[in-house]
Amino acid sequence: MIYFDNAATTKPCPEAAEAAVICASDRFGNPSSLHHMGVEAEKTLASAKRTILDRLGKEGEILFTSGATESNNMAVFGIAEALKRRGNRIVTTAVEHPSVSAPMKKLSERGFEVVSLKPKEHGDFERAIIDAVDEKTVLVSFMAVNNETGFIIDTKTVYGGVKRKNPSCAVHVDGVQGFCKLPLYGDTVSLSGHKIHCFKGIGALYKNKDTRLIPLSFGGGQQGGLRPGTEPVELAAAFEAAVKAYPENLTIFSSLRHRLTGHLERLNRIIINSPENGIDNILNFSVLGARSEIMLHFLEEKGIYVSSGSACSKGKISPVPEAFGISHERADSALRVSFSRYNTEKEVDILAEALEEGIKRFAR
Amino acid sequence: MEVIMAKYGEIALKGLNRSNFEDLLVKNIRRKLDKIGKFDVTRRQSTIYITPLEENSDLDSAVKKVCHVFGIAAVQRSAVLPKDINEIIKQSVPYLKETLERAKSFKVEAKRADKTFPYTSPQIQQELGGALSDAYPHLITDVHNPDVTVLVEIRDKGAYVNAEKITAVGGMPVGSNGNALLLLSGGIDSPVAAYMMAKRGLRVDAIHFQSPPYTSERALLKVETLCEKLTEYCGRLRFYCVPFTEIQEALRDNCDNDYFTVIMRRLMLKIANIICERSHCSALITGESVGQVASQTLAAIACTDKAADFPVLRPLVGMDKKEIVETARKIDTFETSILPYEDCCTVFTPKHPKTKPLLSDVLKEESKFDFEPLIKKAVEGITVKDFKI
Repeated sequence: MIYFDNAATTKPCPEAAEAAVICASDRFGNPSSLHHMGVEAEKTLASAKRTILDRLGKEGEILFTSGATESNNMAVFGIAEALKRRGNRIVTTAVEHPSVSAPMKKLSERGFEVVSLKPKEHGDFERAIIDAVDEKTVLVSFMAVNNETGFIIDTKTVYGGVKRKNPSCAVHVDGVQGFCKLPLYGDTVSLSGHKIHCFKGIGALYKNKDTRLIPLSFGGGQQGGLRPGTEPVELAAAFEAAVKAYPENLTIFSSLRHRLTGHLERLNRIIINSPENGIDNILNFSVLGARSEIMLHFLEEKGIYVSSGSACSKGKISPVPEAFGISHERADSALRVSFSRYNTEKEVDILAEALEEGIKRFAR
Repeated sequence: MEVIMAKYGEIALKGLNRSNFEDLLVKNIRRKLDKIGKFDVTRRQSTIYITPLEENSDLDSAVKKVCHVFGIAAVQRSAVLPKDINEIIKQSVPYLKETLERAKSFKVEAKRADKTFPYTSPQIQQELGGALSDAYPHLITDVHNPDVTVLVEIRDKGAYVNAEKITAVGGMPVGSNGNALLLLSGGIDSPVAAYMMAKRGLRVDAIHFQSPPYTSERALLKVETLCEKLTEYCGRLRFYCVPFTEIQEALRDNCDNDYFTVIMRRLMLKIANIICERSHCSALITGESVGQVASQTLAAIACTDKAADFPVLRPLVGMDKKEIVETARKIDTFETSILPYEDCCTVFTPKHPKTKPLLSDVLKEESKFDFEPLIKKAVEGITVKDFKI
């Protein structure tokens, strides 16, 4: 089995699995309990938070969530609600994950003016985002790394630019595909465990001290009342272990990408959809004349797993390619290959060989 | 005690072989109730009695299940009371409480199958009606158009009282009219076609054509889910899955693309012929509806029909899409059918299919390649899966 769908999810690393088991066996207390077990559980959470903050290079709060969809909802609705008296304009992009674009749609129904920018219409996209901010803008929300193409929006540039223009405007960054790979600048940043070799079911929202959120759910007041419910201690321990195990040095991605693009250059009918300066671990390309789904299942028969786009949409047409200026024909035949540190150059060679066979059989 | 009384539909009209139909119906009901609990299912005097054999039997679920058995026209949930007028009155009053409190008007209808019972039907009606009026003074008696009709049946084994007749699916018992093989694509139509033919007493098997890698594992799972849902009405069902990729590729590479769909459907029927024969089915079923798509024009149907060695039943032939969708929703297959996975019918679809193909042209095009060896290979590669209620 060759797994090249790491932007959809990654294989949990042994470190994460071990941490969860140890925590579940010995330190399974409820962090709210007054006794020793509770204290131990609280320490586990605190340690996990510290590790994540360190990896982000930030001070502030970490709120554990069920995943990035919840984190994005908490941030987008929570900030909009908190700042609605100051203004009603929100700036976002047309290439967001549904867990941001769907809340945006709701906010727009509730009377917010949501400005959605398309990368294809702007040469300097960071500049375009900053330019769209005015004095009544309360929130800028965008993804650091696009899950379908690997397109990067430089969070440092945007964050600095927005704050200079309107210091009271909050910046939310969907950091799912960027965490552990890029520096992430935002007032709130959403993170997902299962994209960095932890389990599904845990994510986090980073929040700096100054940003106020209105909570979406109510209960026992855990996590400062912003995300009530007993904290997922075992999963948090696994999250911490996965972060620690994630290497700082990511040259493996650039060499895998380099090897794959080398192969693709000599194959017919291939057009690369990812930008050249996109993130190294995601490469999106089209095999002209061969529908994505067919090629995907063909590769699957050979034990190679890739994606036809965003796995979250399962067959539905995504509006994202259009916003990147990718034609319908290209989108219809797009494949996304996404690497993890467990992939090898040998696997890339096998993929290239299979692609060549697939092109001969299907492309017409 | 409460029982479920199930009344026959059409088979009540049968003559000498009626008991065969009745026995089959009883068997079908027994099979259906197997998972819910222990029930005694027996027939007496043109009614099937379903008696729970355990405390806390789930009678609500049983009623729902029995309503989905073809051959049953109506279902009544009844109290079984001693054959004594005072007991009938005494126990009916509390038993009917919920129903009567919700109603504004009512009447009592009595049937005396056991003529040894000392009261006549009108007398029973009078006695019980009076008692119920006294107990529920808000009720008015309305013999023409009542909200609730309380039915009292004096039968051999007891007095049965009920106030609600639930309409069931009707039709004929599954299996009473033989077996047929359904061409099941995964779309909205074919499951509805299966439902309609099962309603006419056919036991249905299904054949599906799969074209990996053009179609996915999820497309197959979807079709299997449809089979599972169909068992609710069709009972047990055998599912044949045909590997169809090579045939489709050969067809794409060797024949005029405009004839792709009509020849493909002919080849499907040729494979279905073989399975039909092998599985002792005497007809094929398709979900075709005239004019719905290019392959379902009268001319195209005429061309595909010629490839079939068995009668092709097309129960949806005169139905509108809207009616088909309504039935699909009713039998709970719609949501599954609309899952957006490619099926073997949608891959390689030509841009401009022939809407009025001539059989001679189709045959000429089809003869450009010898499909027989591939058909044989496909049949050898068939996988079989059985679905039970």
